[in-house]
Amino acid sequence: MSDLNLKKGTSAKSAYNLRPNFSDIVERHTLAVMVENEPGVLARVIGLFAGRGYNIESLTVAEVDHEGKLSRITIVTTGTPQVIEQIKAQLGRIVTVHDVHDLTVEGPSVERELAMFKVAGDGDKRVEALRLADIFRANVVDSTLKNFVFEITGAPEKIDAFADLMRPLGLVEVARTGVAALSRGI
Amino acid sequence: MTRQMTGAEMVVQALIDQGVDTVFGYPGGAVLPIYDAIFQQNHIKHVLVRHEQGAVHAAEGYARSTGKPGVCLVTSGPGATNAVTGLTDALLDSIPIIVLTGQVPTFMIGSDAFQEADTVGITRPCTKHNWLVKETNALASVLHEAFHVATSGRPGPVLVDIPKDVQFASGNYNAPQPSTSHYQPTVKGDITSITELVEAMEKAERPLFYTGGGVINSGPAASQLLRELVAATNFPITSTLMGLGAYPASGDNWLGMLGMHGLYEANMAMHGCDLMINIGARFDDRITGVISEFSPNSTKAHIDIDPSSINKVIRVDIPIVGDVGHVLEDLMKVWKSRGRKTNSAAVANWWSQIKEWQAIECLKFTQQGKVIKPQYALSRLEALTKNHDRYITTEVGQHQMWAAQYLGFEDPNRWMTSGGLGTMGYGFPASIGVQMGHPESLVINVAGEASWLMNMQELGTAMQYNLPVKQFILNNERLGMVRQWQELLHGERYSSSWSESLPDFVKLAEAFGAKGILCSDPDDLDEAIMEMLNHDGPVLFDCLVEKHENCFPMIPSGKAHNEMLLGDADTQGAIDAKGSVLV
Repeated sequence: MSDLNLKKGTSAKSAYNLRPNFSDIVERHTLAVMVENEPGVLARVIGLFAGRGYNIESLTVAEVDHEGKLSRITIVTTGTPQVIEQIKAQLGRIVTVHDVHDLTVEGPSVERELAMFKVAGDGDKRVEALRLADIFRANVVDSTLKNFVFEITGAPEKIDAFADLMRPLGLVEVARTGVAALSRGI
Repeated sequence: MTRQMTGAEMVVQALIDQGVDTVFGYPGGAVLPIYDAIFQQNHIKHVLVRHEQGAVHAAEGYARSTGKPGVCLVTSGPGATNAVTGLTDALLDSIPIIVLTGQVPTFMIGSDAFQEADTVGITRPCTKHNWLVKETNALASVLHEAFHVATSGRPGPVLVDIPKDVQFASGNYNAPQPSTSHYQPTVKGDITSITELVEAMEKAERPLFYTGGGVINSGPAASQLLRELVAATNFPITSTLMGLGAYPASGDNWLGMLGMHGLYEANMAMHGCDLMINIGARFDDRITGVISEFSPNSTKAHIDIDPSSINKVIRVDIPIVGDVGHVLEDLMKVWKSRGRKTNSAAVANWWSQIKEWQAIECLKFTQQGKVIKPQYALSRLEALTKNHDRYITTEVGQHQMWAAQYLGFEDPNRWMTSGGLGTMGYGFPASIGVQMGHPESLVINVAGEASWLMNMQELGTAMQYNLPVKQFILNNERLGMVRQWQELLHGERYSSSWSESLPDFVKLAEAFGAKGILCSDPDDLDEAIMEMLNHDGPVLFDCLVEKHENCFPMIPSGKAHNEMLLGDADTQGAIDAKGSVLV
């Protein structure tokens, strides 16, 4: 029925040619979301991710400005560039969200996560766990004759690596806080 | 100035201070103090609906036809849950409404008390924002902020949940001040992007304005600016269902509505344009058809106050975040200052192409025989009412699409229909809200018999307040749009799409004390419509129409704009397996 017989992308003006930056490659982004610290604000943010089918890899939230009643939510999410743009825009739409920063694109940033590891064992394994903890600058925060609780802070990759090492040495339980992140410079 | 009063009195005072004259609601245990306060004043008129869903749709109708926010008052638990459909409807169509719900006393929250529901939890995803007020001293500021949020930026529904003890207790009331909250959406567009759009407009060979409900939400000035811009550039213009009336249907550049049941010329122009200027529309799936084939050769500009609308569905080249009215004003300024240029020779060629498409006359129909065609019924309704001070609401389905095709809208705020959510049962209560806002005007709800029955209890409301709303029911004894899809997609297996056991609508009207008119003969139609118009009171017009009429043009699911079906002859195998899984 077409009188025009047009083919997608044949014109230099086609939107599909003009936006090569919208790739289909899934990226990992760390978002810092400043929100009013009021009841339900976290539910709004999480509900947005659940309702629209976005991913949450990690999420941390705590009040950072008591006087201004502001909390900072750090979300690590994945998606194509178009999805990431949508996530940011949708977050920005929430009435109690003040700012959304994409730390992944707004210049360099540092990410840290705190984790606690309970490792049980005896003999060589116990000594080895302690030795590796020292290399990773993990602190022993509790100890019994049968186990240690280590506390470690670092980038998520470092914590993953430490977890891999502890597993054969009697890893019982892990608690991780999720990522906190700040941009570098001012 | 701070004054002492109870929470319930604060609710009434805040509504008065916000300029509210009408509240749609239904009382119950958890809102009795507010109803008591309403009883003791004369500033605000309360309209008692027959179901809370009706209250919200009535508030939507009021808001859309007046440009002011609509207000509802309902009780806790079932009162609040019954409001959910209306809230979702208002969210999808960006309608500013404020819903006030009662809640069990604060000390009983969480105890599964009688008529307790987690109202803010339930309505969080279907409101723009909501609040649970736990202290009377916070109530006034929350109520004022609720009006600010509902009406600023992209408008939408908000809900304030007020526990009964907060209504009883006394506290400080403050009159509204300009909002100091963080929520202050940008209204001015970026001038660099606007200039970029002007440059594209100067060069465009096949430009097209594609406008939506954002123009109407922006206010009458935006519609005026749009008309000036279209006249000055001579570009063709089409609109979504939500945007009808922003540009007059009698205007020279009007192509009619676009989309799934849009006009041939509008959809072909969308497919063939080289510059698409989206003003306050959101690339809804009813508009785009299959996205991979959507307007493949155009540069796309998108003006929207909501940044999340941009690049959500369709990737655009020139995004402009701002209020339509403000952006159009700047756009006109820039375009004029650069010498009012367009590529007029190319645009003239574009128009001759469009004229060829228009010559197909995609809405043509033949009324013959003794059965009324729905298209004929609406054409007659249009002819006999277009010179009235007229407001139209609709339910959802085939009749809604025919109304959009066959009725002409000359001004904004004259057309109220459930676009985004597609809520059957919207139109009748909406017509009540419209009539409350415009007591002297002609208000017609174009309905299907099935949709109309979904909120038929509101006939009691129309009678009680003597609201002369005209219910123009195209009765095909079918869920017509469902039936059409079953014919095209499901091998003509008409599963549950018959309206069995229909009432006698004339007797039904009379049971409520209203007037009922039955019309089944095309020769009687004009006279019957005139009888409806001349009756001073609610009328139920039962128009028996052709039972198996399909709504065309139609872009089948999974197809592009240039693959429209124009009539029954085109439908054989029109929708493939891939298209049939789409809605």
